[in-house]
Amino acid sequence: MEILLAIAIMALGAVVLGAALGFASIKFKVEGDPLVEKIEAILPQTQCGQCSYPGCKPYAEAIAKGEADINKCPPGGAEGVQRLADLLGREVKPLDAEEKPKSVAIIDENTCIGCTLCIQACPVDAIVGAAKQMHTIIAPLCTGCELCLPPCPVECIRMEVIGENIDNWKWRYPVVEIKAAPLKEAA
Amino acid sequence: MSHYLFILVGAVLVNNVVLVKILGLCPFMGVSKKLETAYGMGAATTFVLTIATGASYIIDHFLLIPFGLEYLRTLSFIVTIAAIVQLTEMVIAKTSPSLQQTLGIYLPLITTNCAVLGVPLLNISNGYNFVESLLFGAGSAVGFSLVLILFAGMRERIEGAEVPIYFRGVAIAMVTAGLMALAFMGFAGLDKYQ
Amino acid sequence: MLMNLFKFKGGVKPPTNKTQSVTLPIAVAPLPSRLVVPLHQSIGGTPRPVVQAGDKVLKGQLIGEADGWISAAVHAPTSGTVLEVAMHVQPHPSGLDALCVVIEPDGKDEWIAREPLDYASLKPEEVRERLQQSGVVGLGGAVFPTHGKLTPAKTVPMDELVINGAECEPFITCDDLLMRERAEEVVRGIGIFRDLLQPKKVLIGIEDNKPEAAAAMRAAVDALKEPFLVVSVPTLYPAGGAKQLIRVLTGKEVPASKRSTDLGVQCFNVATAYTAWRAIAHGEPVVSRLVTITGNVHEPRNYEVLIGTPMDELLKLATPHPDTDGIIMGGPMMGFLVPQASVPVVKATNCLIAHADRLFPPKAPEMPCIRCGSCAEACPHELQPFEMYWFSRAKNFGKTQEYHIFDCIECGCCSFVCPSRIPLVQYFRFAKSEIWAREREKKASDGAKARFEFKQMREEREKAEKAEKLAKAAAAQAAKKAAEAAAAAAEGNAAEAEAAAPETPAVAVDAQKDAKKATIEAAMARAKAQREAVQPKNIEALKAAQQQEIDQIEARRQAAHLSEAAEPAAAAPASEKTE
Repeated sequence: MEILLAIAIMALGAVVLGAALGFASIKFKVEGDPLVEKIEAILPQTQCGQCSYPGCKPYAEAIAKGEADINKCPPGGAEGVQRLADLLGREVKPLDAEEKPKSVAIIDENTCIGCTLCIQACPVDAIVGAAKQMHTIIAPLCTGCELCLPPCPVECIRMEVIGENIDNWKWRYPVVEIKAAPLKEAA
Repeated sequence: MSHYLFILVGAVLVNNVVLVKILGLCPFMGVSKKLETAYGMGAATTFVLTIATGASYIIDHFLLIPFGLEYLRTLSFIVTIAAIVQLTEMVIAKTSPSLQQTLGIYLPLITTNCAVLGVPLLNISNGYNFVESLLFGAGSAVGFSLVLILFAGMRERIEGAEVPIYFRGVAIAMVTAGLMALAFMGFAGLDKYQ
Repeated sequence: MLMNLFKFKGGVKPPTNKTQSVTLPIAVAPLPSRLVVPLHQSIGGTPRPVVQAGDKVLKGQLIGEADGWISAAVHAPTSGTVLEVAMHVQPHPSGLDALCVVIEPDGKDEWIAREPLDYASLKPEEVRERLQQSGVVGLGGAVFPTHGKLTPAKTVPMDELVINGAECEPFITCDDLLMRERAEEVVRGIGIFRDLLQPKKVLIGIEDNKPEAAAAMRAAVDALKEPFLVVSVPTLYPAGGAKQLIRVLTGKEVPASKRSTDLGVQCFNVATAYTAWRAIAHGEPVVSRLVTITGNVHEPRNYEVLIGTPMDELLKLATPHPDTDGIIMGGPMMGFLVPQASVPVVKATNCLIAHADRLFPPKAPEMPCIRCGSCAEACPHELQPFEMYWFSRAKNFGKTQEYHIFDCIECGCCSFVCPSRIPLVQYFRFAKSEIWAREREKKASDGAKARFEFKQMREEREKAEKAEKLAKAAAAQAAKKAAEAAAAAAEGNAAEAEAAAPETPAVAVDAQKDAKKATIEAAMARAKAQREAVQPKNIEALKAAQQQEIDQIEARRQAAHLSEAAEPAAAAPASEKTE
């Protein structure tokens, strides 16, 4: 008898709470996924597809769903992995690929035949040109994704590393020089 | 009146849930890396804990005791708390997605936060009435938030300090928490006049 | 001259070390063997080179054209031959290269035709343009193009024009000597600024350790009957910081997010006023400046130096002591050791200090911060350097911004007073450049994202349009077929029309073809008419060079058309490919 009463009371509680939660889930329904936007803000937007997803947004969605790992983005580098790990509360992992220095594509304008294939391949509209006209890359807009390299039939595009110059030079972290104590001669 | 004040102050400072009762250590260590998350977690826990103490008092007094089902306390309290936490999460997700993001996994973790379950149980073992229960719950929650925020502030600074490499991260945080607990022992004399 | 002065908080009093270099008058430095003139000498866009290797240039000839409004032109400092336009090491803490024009002087120092202007007859915008073309920039050290600061704010009335002759940094005396010897021209230059900005008051602030300069300026102001006020301000580093001097003279505190013009104040250096006068009234662009050469040398002195003179050649004039092991550009508080002794003097170079350990003993190692707060007391911007230091060190850049790191003027007061000898300013510079780099990246990635999304949108749209077109065509086809079927059915019914039956569809098809042809012809005619209707604009009053250029382009266009006409078959597949 008492056991039935206990079951009844627990069941009653469960029904009441369940009803309240059900009501709340309708009332406070959230549109969209704010997490995807947050992840996307961290990704470098090179749209290079090196993560095997067609662009940064699909990769962000895959991370949010838990389908993709956070270390698949070489342009974001180790720092990007770190920031994703911080955001998602996951473990920091070493990058799944080699980290490359930031570079920019250059079209050898003498060899370019004006086929427009690279223009179609460029995800960020950083190449200008028209059919049978020489193409050129708008360097400040180039994300260095290398997607224009494979389609070029005459291999006139090469990647050039963006070196340090006066405009992008950064002050170094002040290094404290530590003098090594003189080694004692072994007796 | 002063009786209520004693309960409140006692819960915040003297019998602090985290540093004296050693309850709720999981979020205390986990969400204290940044000040912003600590604020959010403190606010969420305060809200949940206060409601949970009230709700569990009502359940205990009007459902469990009349039917002599005191042995179901832990079970029913857990269910209630879980539901309240879910509710809170939905409200936060709607009103402040960024807060939900910063709280991340720790918001659902309030469900299994021993402080949230411990305080209602302590209420009953202390024999508090409804108002006293609410005060004790709110006081404990404020105490939890206070310690969490203080600790987050300290950890933000420790990040810049030259900590020996094996002590970095949780190790130095534990040491700091220990020192903080020692400091809170200083409040022990406050409730002598209770 | 009784004026109520205000105070700024903090500040330090390092030994001034100015007396060494004021004993001798300004001397003109001899022509160096080679001039390396960097193109990027001011804040803003990098000027474009307009000369090539082998060109003969005259003194004052334009060699770098201003790129955009906030940019200032660069000129040949003497007559000679351009050896190369190439990358050379810059007087910059990075020690990196930038584009320079290298000139070998011919020894004649022959000026280009100078046209002195009577600025009273000029419109304000003409004066500003002249200043930009003459390469006049702030010579106090920030090298902000001067013309950019000479437009009065529309909303706020200009109350005070502050002229900065404070020269607060130790060792440097070039402004002091300029005011002593060329006060009249400085005052005339200030007159130009006054006329452009129309302030209610003009205040010339000079630190009270330069009484001769102040006296000379007062005499010049009186002689020219100008209502300018020459004010002696207490000697306290950094009283020569723009915001500090404005505070001392006017009592106005420029808030973090605002510029001084928002409060109706503008500030210029005395040397800038001098070069502005030379540019307007004598037609001389900025090709030289005064440089103090001091420190570990026998004969500290101020020299009038051509821009681009290698620093080591300059230093020899003052005979450095043998233990000299480096050159500091700027003062000991804010200057830096140049990466190479041969780097050129630029417009920002106000002082060269021969460095020796005897003069500047190496700093003792950095000790932990004890949070004594000395730096906060010394900070002229009322910041909390110890907090900014802590978070810069932890690379917590968000927090450093919360503590207003971007209000730091890097004056070095905090590092100067720090009992733990922490190089605080270096930490702040590190944090600032990291934050800038991040902002650049963020901006670039936002732009990339926007363009990527636009491209996707465009592709979607094109696909949709194509699908729509195909659907329409398919529908038309179906309708046609249906009509034909119906017609055939009708034919079957109407037996009497049997004879005419084979003709009808043929006629219909012919009619359709004709209609299509007609529309195509009409479209072509329209296009032709449009082409003919378009007349080139702005072709009245063309210069010969422009006309020539147009002719060349026309010729090219013609050639292209011809070649296209010659191989239309080759062009067609290529254009199909792009679809």
